[in-house]
Amino acid sequence: MSNHTLTDTGQSHLANPELAEFEVSGITRSSFILRGALAAGAVYGLGAVTPFVSQALAETGGGDVEILNFALTLEYLESYFYNVKGKEIALSGAAKSYASMFGEQEQDHVKALTETIESLGGKPVAKPAFVIPASSSSSFMALASVLENTGVSAYNGAAPSLQSKKVLAAAGSIVQIEARHAAAINLLLGKSPTPNQGFDVPLTKTQVLAAVKPLIKA
Amino acid sequence: MSSPTTEESAPQPAGIVERLVRDDVDRKRFLKMAGGAGAASFGAFVLAACGSSSKKTASTAAATATTSTTSPSATGDIAILNYALTLEYLEREFYAKVVASGFFTGKVGSLIKDFGSQEATHVEALKGAVSKMGGTPVANPNGKFPITSATQVAELAYTVENLGAAAYLGQAGNIQSPEVLATALAIHSVEARHAATLGTLVKKSLTPDGAFAKPDDMSMVLAAVKPFLA
Repeated sequence: MSNHTLTDTGQSHLANPELAEFEVSGITRSSFILRGALAAGAVYGLGAVTPFVSQALAETGGGDVEILNFALTLEYLESYFYNVKGKEIALSGAAKSYASMFGEQEQDHVKALTETIESLGGKPVAKPAFVIPASSSSSFMALASVLENTGVSAYNGAAPSLQSKKVLAAAGSIVQIEARHAAAINLLLGKSPTPNQGFDVPLTKTQVLAAVKPLIKA
Repeated sequence: MSSPTTEESAPQPAGIVERLVRDDVDRKRFLKMAGGAGAASFGAFVLAACGSSSKKTASTAAATATTSTTSPSATGDIAILNYALTLEYLEREFYAKVVASGFFTGKVGSLIKDFGSQEATHVEALKGAVSKMGGTPVANPNGKFPITSATQVAELAYTVENLGAAAYLGQAGNIQSPEVLATALAIHSVEARHAATLGTLVKKSLTPDGAFAKPDDMSMVLAAVKPFLA
């Protein structure tokens, strides 16, 4: 996206609570500014903070970069989930091999998204701190199912908004992997590999963030 | 997104296509969601989202916002939908024959049956989407599939589903209408789920391409399915 469209749509950014929520959950400098601005907005009314928010968002590059940063946050979470939490839990058999393989692939996604954001001139969001409420193999895998299925819906929900066909192709090649993970985990848990039947349901950012927010340390 | 050729009274398949294309509430939600993308120029998005009714305007105004400068064409989306429909017809027929073979019972049998039903819903959704865009759904091709043993069939199903997933992925960047894209994505990830499930069944990789699925273009896919056309 070119810069003039950012300026043009500054107002609509502000008016969009989904975006605001997403930005607030990030830890980047721009979102830090945004958080402060929104806090000010709560006091003075949103109209008063428009210039601050526009400025904060302008630094992220906007558009595809924001969607990619949203995806990156989810991939950070998945990578942490398998690669850090997965090693703290006594997993065995298929659960163990899935956690190991999927963890590597999620880390590849983190890397690819980071590089894509940079190639677009954007700034990758910082990795948030996570808290994973799982203490056993069964609770870990149940959460894995939630994360992977939510990941599919998140990508499917966000992808039609992408402007760049290249970025769309990248997102498509990632979501297909998330869907494969989701199916395998569901099968292992004795659940349907196709919980939405023939059509995976897209989720909005707001819905996705509501689902993963308890896992992100504020 | 109603086009002049739309017949509102025509029977429509249930499912995401109907929801995305027909349901005003969902369309608004979709637009709102797309607005949430942030810097996507709102004007460009609306033009793009309006599909065939504003193609000429869209191609000019959205030129700076999209990588494609060719006129976004409903014709192109219809061709892609009909291509997907052809693949789904074949998958539906394949699963119907597999189910009829009786090779699979119990849990695996019910999964195979589910997958077949899901391919059938894809057929209906794609037919509906083609009609909705003013096109004519392609005819159901007659398939021919080797059905010789449970193992052979499961491996063929694994191959077919991986091909299907790659076919959808290969078209994602060519689709102009956000609704059509959303539909294709909703199906794409289900094909991937089928492929992974069958991978566990035949003890092959859940993710044969590694962390990033590879797309297949139309000519590759059509060449691959040619042996299955009667």
